[in-house]
Amino acid sequence: MATTDVLESAAPEPEAEFTSIEAGLDALETAATTRKPWWRRVLLAKVLPPVVTIVALLLIWDLLVFAQIKPAWVLPGPADVWDEITANWSQYQITQAIWDSVSRGIFGFAISVVVGTVLGLSIARIPWIRAGIQPILSGLQSLPSVAWVPIGIMWFGVTSATIYTVVLLGAIPSVTIGLLDGVDQIPPIYTRVGHNLGARGVSAARHVLFPAVLPGYVSGLKQGWAFSWRSLMAAELIAVSPHLGPGVGQAMAEAGDNNDMAMAFGVLIIILIIGIGINAVFFAPIERRLLRSRGLIKS
Amino acid sequence: MTVTATVGDALEAVEPAAVRLTGVTKSFGKGGVPVLDGIDLSVAPGEFVCLLGASGCGKSTLLNLIAGLDPASSGTIELPGTGSRPGHAALMFQESALFPWLTAGRNVELALKLRGVRDRGERRAEAQRLLGLVRLGGAYDKRVHELSGGMRQRVALARSLAQQADVLLMDEPFAALDAITRDVLHDELVKLWSETGLTVIFVTHNVREAARLGQRVILLSSRPGRIAREWRVDIPQPRRIEDAAVTDLTRKITAELHKEISRHGNN
Repeated sequence: MATTDVLESAAPEPEAEFTSIEAGLDALETAATTRKPWWRRVLLAKVLPPVVTIVALLLIWDLLVFAQIKPAWVLPGPADVWDEITANWSQYQITQAIWDSVSRGIFGFAISVVVGTVLGLSIARIPWIRAGIQPILSGLQSLPSVAWVPIGIMWFGVTSATIYTVVLLGAIPSVTIGLLDGVDQIPPIYTRVGHNLGARGVSAARHVLFPAVLPGYVSGLKQGWAFSWRSLMAAELIAVSPHLGPGVGQAMAEAGDNNDMAMAFGVLIIILIIGIGINAVFFAPIERRLLRSRGLIKS
Repeated sequence: MTVTATVGDALEAVEPAAVRLTGVTKSFGKGGVPVLDGIDLSVAPGEFVCLLGASGCGKSTLLNLIAGLDPASSGTIELPGTGSRPGHAALMFQESALFPWLTAGRNVELALKLRGVRDRGERRAEAQRLLGLVRLGGAYDKRVHELSGGMRQRVALARSLAQQADVLLMDEPFAALDAITRDVLHDELVKLWSETGLTVIFVTHNVREAARLGQRVILLSSRPGRIAREWRVDIPQPRRIEDAAVTDLTRKITAELHKEISRHGNN
């Protein structure tokens, strides 16, 4: 009898028992997350690998030049390019060209975002219209935007209108398609839960649809930027005119006309740096943050 | 319409119900085979009912109808309700369906906001209290992906409570969890149910779970879904899944369930 008594008094209350099991399970099932210090995450993981790669590429480039597989005017070395760019920076109006091109790119991209978003929102929920428009958008996306340049010039002459036409036709499809993909990828259960919680109309759009669409939309924007930048370069390269003012593409065309291989290489690198830079400074952090907060990528 | 209303009122005077289904039929598409056929079911306020059945018995469909996510093909569904939100039933799924762009606390807050709680401070305090009820007071700022499956379902439970509905509909909420976690959540749910006086309709294909939880277990037949049998369970709560009485009942119900399922293999 005594042993039974001891056992009973030692047995915890049912509720106390399940709460302590629960606490134990919670502790076991949530892994301790220790975040590395920022300099290790950013410098070592994000900055160092590309820097090392670039240095390696420059070395290979220099080795090829050193081996003299091609004459120097066909394949200039990194040092030649650097010298040419610094010496002729003002002659090619590079500062002004970068400023003009970047502002054109950003302005064209901004218009594309507005138009592409409105277009995407208005066709997303109407299956019949969407089925008609989406294949055309996909086709436009695969059409090299440089193909629009001659048509643009015939329509508008060598003017800003031509350049923006080419940029918009390049970027709008990406933005719209990104948005449509985002809408398609909303798990149906979110809409149902939203409805059950009482979200209707505007509140459903604000609290459920918009945040659910966001990752697809942001990747559409990112691609839209890439498309507007490369369309802009294509347009600038062909549409050269004094009253358009300088641009990076025009600088490239000028280098070509002058048979200035080192400068052409230099401008190419500038175009790359701007494209990569805007993505790295603007889109990549937004996208990374978005995905990390939803547990879609590891932090 | 008037006739239905009068009949409803008359019935209510006899026997108060939190959920009442009369002759509910559901088929998808025109002239399709009915998924649910002639369901009559009355659930009393504060009752815990388990709906049990094999695949294809339309148990999830039935919950969707009660929740108002789908319309019934015929018949009436009433949620008379006495609380602040008559006609409304909160719904929980097998997956937590928490919004991954919000923290645990914000998920609960959103339910409060959509219920009409205007004041932010009040929402925050209430969400904190509800998370405390499911013992996740410390998880307010946790992201959904940082929580285990069991913790997510508890946050989803807190979110359902935030809806202040009289009726809680649960669609196999613990089916994806491991057995240890499920046991604990059974205790948790029964405790919340007895404290809040909620009416619970709990759908499962797990007989033992139905016997462990329900005051009434309803067995649905498959294709079309009809009410085949029901058991009143007088074993007092809190029960344990390994109780002899629960095991006995599980055996009885399983035998009936197997009979129901075998009928389909014979034709």
